[in-house]
Formats: sequence, structure tokens, C-alpha cells
Amino acid sequence: MLRHVGRQRKHPAIRLAAAACVCVVAAAGCGGSSGGGSQPTLTVSAAASLKDAFTTCAQQFKQAKVRFSFAGSDELAAQIRQGANPNLFASANTKLPEQLFSEGKISKPQVFAGNKLVIAVPGDSKIASINDLETPGTALVIGDASVPIGSYTREVLGHLPSAQEKAILANVKSEEPDVSSIVGKLTQGAADAGFTYVSDVKGTKGQLKAIDLPATLQPNVAYGAGIVKGTPNQKQSQAFIDDVISGSCRQVMQTNGFLPPPQA
Amino acid sequence: MRSRLGRAVARLFPVALIVAVAVTLVFLALPVIAIFADVSPKQLIDSLDDPATVDALRLSLQTTLTALLIILVVGTPVAWALATRRFRGRQILVTIIELPLVLPPAVAGIGLLAALGPKGILGPVLDSLGIALVFQTAGVVVALTFVASPFYLRQAQSAFESLDRSLVEASRTLGASEARTFARVACPVAFTSLLSGAALAWGRALGEFGATLVFAGSFQGVTQTAPLAIYAQFGTNFPGALALAAVLVAFSVAILGGVKLLGRLQPA
Repeated sequence: MLRHVGRQRKHPAIRLAAAACVCVVAAAGCGGSSGGGSQPTLTVSAAASLKDAFTTCAQQFKQAKVRFSFAGSDELAAQIRQGANPNLFASANTKLPEQLFSEGKISKPQVFAGNKLVIAVPGDSKIASINDLETPGTALVIGDASVPIGSYTREVLGHLPSAQEKAILANVKSEEPDVSSIVGKLTQGAADAGFTYVSDVKGTKGQLKAIDLPATLQPNVAYGAGIVKGTPNQKQSQAFIDDVISGSCRQVMQTNGFLPPPQA
Repeated sequence: MRSRLGRAVARLFPVALIVAVAVTLVFLALPVIAIFADVSPKQLIDSLDDPATVDALRLSLQTTLTALLIILVVGTPVAWALATRRFRGRQILVTIIELPLVLPPAVAGIGLLAALGPKGILGPVLDSLGIALVFQTAGVVVALTFVASPFYLRQAQSAFESLDRSLVEASRTLGASEARTFARVACPVAFTSLLSGAALAWGRALGEFGATLVFAGSFQGVTQTAPLAIYAQFGTNFPGALALAAVLVAFSVAILGGVKLLGRLQPA
């Protein structure tokens, strides 16, 4: 017994190394067999604005376990270009999926949802229309030009008289990498107003309120998804898109403030 | 049986060490090499003409050096106090000072927002003083100072602790005040050590991303430092992002090399 303890003290480093090796092998084994069960796992790279809706949808989805990577659509597209292989790419626009399709990275994109661009303000804000955003000293946050929310916003501002566009852009204090980052700045009271999707405002449960844009300014916000070429479980990936467009997820999307896929 | 196993392990262990070192080396060096492999010198120089890149580099230099100055001026006396005094709760104080080392940067940003943001604990006080930090270059400096200061404080504290006591005592016996001893004896003697601590803090500040984005936002020329510009360009302009990354790597290597060189000149 005593000898045994003595031995144990002799090589703690070796024992630690051995333990570490076992752990690494075990972890690698787990990763290789993709969950171990019969149910496959789908990895979905999705726009940050889809976070709440897709997370709920995934819990109801029967044909596969779904794991998400939520970020700005442009970051996700760049990752796929650099060789990242999620099963599915769901973007907050149709431009990025169309680009990836023409580069041969993903299947022909399908439009699966629409959304509405709004001005998001704290619940107690006095801002009532897009004209109020010109007031000097209004702290405005928008999306970076590279991310869909940012390019929709610039599209809207581009339709305004150029003096008004200039005045509003002069109030922009930050260009955020994704929509959740814009919402965070608003709920923390750091900014007075921001451009987001109506679904994002709904997700804050009353902390923020949405101010509609004049109908003539409203851009056509369409979400497109494509299956990444050469990835396994293509059937389940398509089933997930179908579920969003016409299955049980459609209702979830609506509850979260998304619109039906617009007719292009 | 056990001893045979033990002998086998003993024989294999050196081999395992070599494998571990090789794996570590490749794993850590490859991403850095890849940045330079993917970007040609011409691309690198061309991208430095891009106004967003120029603004980001200028802002990074300006904010990191300001943060470093604050850290040196306030941090050096703090490190001296911690090194020379023993008091109740000292260990807790040291732990609090080291906390930003292990805090995820995004958490640091949220914490700063909750403390110094418009709705934060000190928000109304700052507002009444006319101080704005969120979305301002000053906010970037605050975020950088927060995450980088422990790197200097730790190094400075241990530098002062390892000072030759007889030097300090001789100074005091000869009639110098503590302030004079600190300024004329302790700081000059610990100088190389302090400098390497400052370099580490500078390196950390240059790489700061999460706390800056969450607390100060991202706006070209005002709050968009080099790491934020890299992230913004990653989606649309990958070569530009790589080129800016290459510049940051070159900076970091220079800083690290400087530290190592200092360490050789005068072992702490």
C-alpha cells in the first residue's frame, strides 16, 4: 500500500500526461462519430437577427440536432469562402448567398423569410420619425456597410434628400459588426436610436420600440439560404429550410416578427 | 509487471516530449506564418493607402500610447505601494487588480458600460461633469487601460519586490524620503523590468478587441482601432484585413523582441 503511494508520487507529470492523452483521444472519438446517436447534427451559419427564432425552431426540429453560429452575414460568408463548412448558410440578404452560389460554394439560394427595416429607439424615447434623427446630438448606431443591416440602412438613407442624409450620417456614432451589437448599444442607453429589423425590436420584449419607415423608403429585406456544397446530411439541411418556409418554424418566425418570404 | 511498464514509460517520455514540443510549435506558429504567406509585400504596401487602414493604425497608436502613459503614471506608485507594504486585505486587492487578466474582454466591455455608460453606476456623475466615454476615443483609452494595466502592475510589483533591500535601506538611512527613494533609487534600478512590463501592457492594448467594441463602439477615425478594422474588413476585403493583420503582427513581434532583448541585457 505504502509502496503504491510512493510510486504514485514518483511520476505525477507522466500520469498527468497520460490522463491528458486519454482525454484528447476521447474527445476526438466523440467528434468523429457526430453525437454517437442515430440523429445527425446540422451546423447552421445564420444571420444574427435570426437568433431567437432559429433557436426555437431547432428545438422543435425532429430530423436532426441543429447547432448554430450566429454573426453578421458577411462574416459568415467570409468564413465559408475561407473553407469553413457549415451545412447551411442563412443570410439576412440574398446578395451574399447569390455570390456564394456563383462561386460554387453553396446550392441555389432559396428565399425563406422577409423582414422590415425600422428605427429602433428606447421605450421612453421622444423620437417619432426619421426626421427626428437629423437633430444634432442624437446618438445614432447603424450596421457596418459590409453587413446586410448596414447596407439596407444606407439604401434607405440614399433615398433621402442629400442634405437630410448628410445630417443623419453626421449623427452616426458607431458602425457595428452585426445587429445584436446595435440592439445592445440601444438597450444599454448608449445610443438614442438605431436602424434594426422589426424582429430585433420584438426580441427585446418592450425595452425598445420600433418606428416605421415611410413605405416609399422601406427596402425589400429578403433572407436567403443555401446548402453548403459537399457537406453531409443534405436531405436534413433541405428539410430545415422547408420547415422554415412552410413547416412549424414558419409560425415561430411570424411570432418573432419576421414576414413571409417576399415574392422576388 | 508495473516496473516493466514504468521502464517503457521512461523510455517513451523523451520522445513524447519532442512530439509535444513539435506540435505546440507548429500549432502556434502556423497561423502567424500563414498571414505573411497569404499577403504579398505589394498588397501590404497598397493596403496601407486605404484611409480606413491608415485611420485605424493612427488611432491604435494614439490610444494605446495614451493608455500606456496612464498605466505608467498611476500604476508605478501603486505597484510600489503593493510591493513595500503589508496590510490586511492586501491579497484581495492584488487579486482584484489581476482580475482583468482572466476576464473575457466582452465581459470587461459590458462591465465598463454598466459602470461608466449613460445608464451605468457613474453615468449621471460623468454626465454632469460633461464627460462622455461611449462612442468616444476617450472610451477606447478607458477600455485599453482596463484590460492592459494588470500586465504592467504585476511586472512592476514583482520588480520592486525583488529590489535589493540594502539599496533602499541605504537611501533611507542617508536621509532620503520614501518619495525620493522611489524616484531616484527604486525606479532607475528596476527600470528594465518596468520597461518590459510596459511593453507587455502595450502589446495587450494593441490587440484589444472585445472591450473596445462593446464599450466604445466602432467608428472610423474615432473608435475603430486596428483589430476592429480587421474585423470590419474581414467580410468584404480579406486581403486588406490580412495586410492590416500583418502590420499588427510585425508590431507585436517587435514588442516581444524588445522585451526579450531587455531581459538579456539585465536579468530581472
